[in-house]
Amino acid sequence: MTTDVLVIGSGGAGLSAALKAKELGADVIVATKTLPTNANTCMAQGGFNASFGDDIAIHTDDTLRSSYGLGSKTMIEQMCKSSQNALDWLISKGVPFSLDENNELETRFMGGSTNKRTYYAEDYTGLKILQTLYDECLKNDIKFQTNHYLLNLIIDEETKEVSGATFLDIGSGSIEEIRAKSVIMATGGYSGVYHGFTTNGFGSSGDGIAAVVRAGGMASDLEFVQFHPTALKKSSILISEAARGEGGYLVNSDGVRFVDELAPRDIVSRAISNELNQNKEVFLDVRHLGSEKLSHLLPQELKLCKIYENIDMTNDLIPIKSVAHYTMGGIEVDHKLQAKGLKGCFAVGECSNAHIHGANRLGGNSLLEIISMGLIAGENAVNYESQNRLKENSQLAKDKAFINAVYNNFTNQINFYEKREFLGKILYHNAGVSRNDTGLKGVLAALRQMQREFTFMGISDKSKELNTNLIDFIEFGNTLEVAEMLLVGALHRNESRGAHYREDFQQTNDTFKAHSIFWKEDGVLCAEFKDIR
Amino acid sequence: MKITIKRFDKRKEPQSIDMNYPIFEGLTLLENFIKIKTTLDPTLSFNGVCRSGVCGSCSVMVNGKAVLACSYKPKDGDHIEPLNYHEVKRDLIVDKSGVQSTLITAKTWLQSDAKKENANKVEVQSSCILCDSCFASCPVMAVNENFLGPFTLTKAYRYSIQGDNRETIDLIQQNGVWDCTLCGECTLACPQGIDPKMDIMNLRSRSVQAGYCDPNFANMSFGLDFTQGF
Repeated sequence: MTTDVLVIGSGGAGLSAALKAKELGADVIVATKTLPTNANTCMAQGGFNASFGDDIAIHTDDTLRSSYGLGSKTMIEQMCKSSQNALDWLISKGVPFSLDENNELETRFMGGSTNKRTYYAEDYTGLKILQTLYDECLKNDIKFQTNHYLLNLIIDEETKEVSGATFLDIGSGSIEEIRAKSVIMATGGYSGVYHGFTTNGFGSSGDGIAAVVRAGGMASDLEFVQFHPTALKKSSILISEAARGEGGYLVNSDGVRFVDELAPRDIVSRAISNELNQNKEVFLDVRHLGSEKLSHLLPQELKLCKIYENIDMTNDLIPIKSVAHYTMGGIEVDHKLQAKGLKGCFAVGECSNAHIHGANRLGGNSLLEIISMGLIAGENAVNYESQNRLKENSQLAKDKAFINAVYNNFTNQINFYEKREFLGKILYHNAGVSRNDTGLKGVLAALRQMQREFTFMGISDKSKELNTNLIDFIEFGNTLEVAEMLLVGALHRNESRGAHYREDFQQTNDTFKAHSIFWKEDGVLCAEFKDIR
Repeated sequence: MKITIKRFDKRKEPQSIDMNYPIFEGLTLLENFIKIKTTLDPTLSFNGVCRSGVCGSCSVMVNGKAVLACSYKPKDGDHIEPLNYHEVKRDLIVDKSGVQSTLITAKTWLQSDAKKENANKVEVQSSCILCDSCFASCPVMAVNENFLGPFTLTKAYRYSIQGDNRETIDLIQQNGVWDCTLCGECTLACPQGIDPKMDIMNLRSRSVQAGYCDPNFANMSFGLDFTQGF
């Protein structure tokens, strides 16, 4: 199968990029490991930042400040300047942003923003963007390859040009390649490495980041993970920031408030983790807001609290913990969103590190990034002039051999599901909101042991078709690669900055005002800090 | 405390069997599936992504009713099956592509400039998550497999409010608005509180405004055949 532009991932970033590429006349295929709308974009409730006129400069400053020195002014300015276009584009496609009584677009404040510039569609902003863009893709006859799991990029070893990717067709179990003049990675973040301790849906395993690094590209800043302060204790289901924004309290098991609820997410998350470490429980208390206000303000949450914790938030305290929510690091890209170290491979959205969010992300900027940068990635991928010298390649054969080995040679003497759960737990407790040298080294050693044991893990289900046991296993393999980079970054960044907090180095140290860069040489992970220019 | 899951594997004989599993108490049905897969039987196949009722991937039939597995707590004796009126691929995984091709048949997208001022009027309709629960609950599917189905008609209504979607009105006359029995099962099934029955009734009015009439009314049949005598 061949196309002009291959988009991998079907969240908001992938669909915007695909629509732009198609509009510019390219033949486009979107490959996704699930169905087109089953992406984390649908869970984004807060809204979409857009700035106009004088506010563009203030929006740029807000974003820069929130990045704690690791944001690129050029990239942030580009995003903020294009935010109005991105918003207008969504509205022109039919995304129904909420209107006030005068039919003007409604806005709300988000933490960290100087001005009110977050546009929303009730508490379903991401969902409505994603579903509307999918309708638009059907209109434009964009081809989808659903249930296609990315294995590896197809690369010319000499020129480092990417000319497609290999996939496991989950439905049939066959390994296929899709060749393209350029490839856009829109594969999402890696909060899923904290298995059991993330607000993300299943499958946030950093597949695209791992594939780019295996192909000779680079990843960066993976140690920066934003933890959301309020997720349900048992299930890690997100309780929106609106609960605190509207006056909800955080209290410990002694009934004492212990932090300013409206402080930035990383500070609130650390305060919560501090209480939990002292064997106290932490609760979100919204009872004083009244049932009428709550059913209007947090309808999804009322339902989720009932289902997951069997509590009525209008009468009961909500038991919470802070969990992994958004990953700032990702595929290291240049100003054209092209993956560094590779040619013809672009990356956009949460999988990409375009130096926009830096060490922490401003609320409302993630939906903006996936759309504004998605459109830019689509355009740049179309304009990329492929050398396309690669005729033969061995990637398909290698990947067939690997899958064959998983079926026949991997011994499955160690249950990887147990390891996945264990890794999630130790990462959360030692490489979560609060980190130190000893803890990080311990997790890294445990993780490297798992990498060595990988061939003793494996699959129990030997079916060829729709083998989700196999998919879970390959995802776990990617998790092991991505989590290693996260740990190495966290271990070597001997300072605290944004979402990365070291108990043993609590101050920001500008020796580390630099991006951590990761790549592989002969399969071995290499890392360095690269100063910001 | 047990649930029964209807398993399906086209390569096995028999292809379909009912299997009993213990209930992991306090957990949702989706969390139960995951517990079964990771601790008891890794071959159990199902879909599920967001866990919070917004991605639409985990819908199944429980005792004949379509539900999102992530929003349902299983009870003793529950019988779990894949979604009705979909081709079953494996266990609880179905092929949604056939059902969702109705969106293309009816061209349920914006066909003109957006009427921006109407955004709030489609607040409910635009929260569809394509879980197919309404489709799997619709009795018309049992007698007319070409029926466009509730979610497609709701989307048709949504975009007829947001734009000048005359073509869609033309496309929903056959196997569309007039084939619905207005039983309301879709409305009961929708996890997002959408009311496809009401949307279909509104589309009937729009169809009449566009010059169409109820074909049942036109040939005076009302489902009864008077020519055969009583």
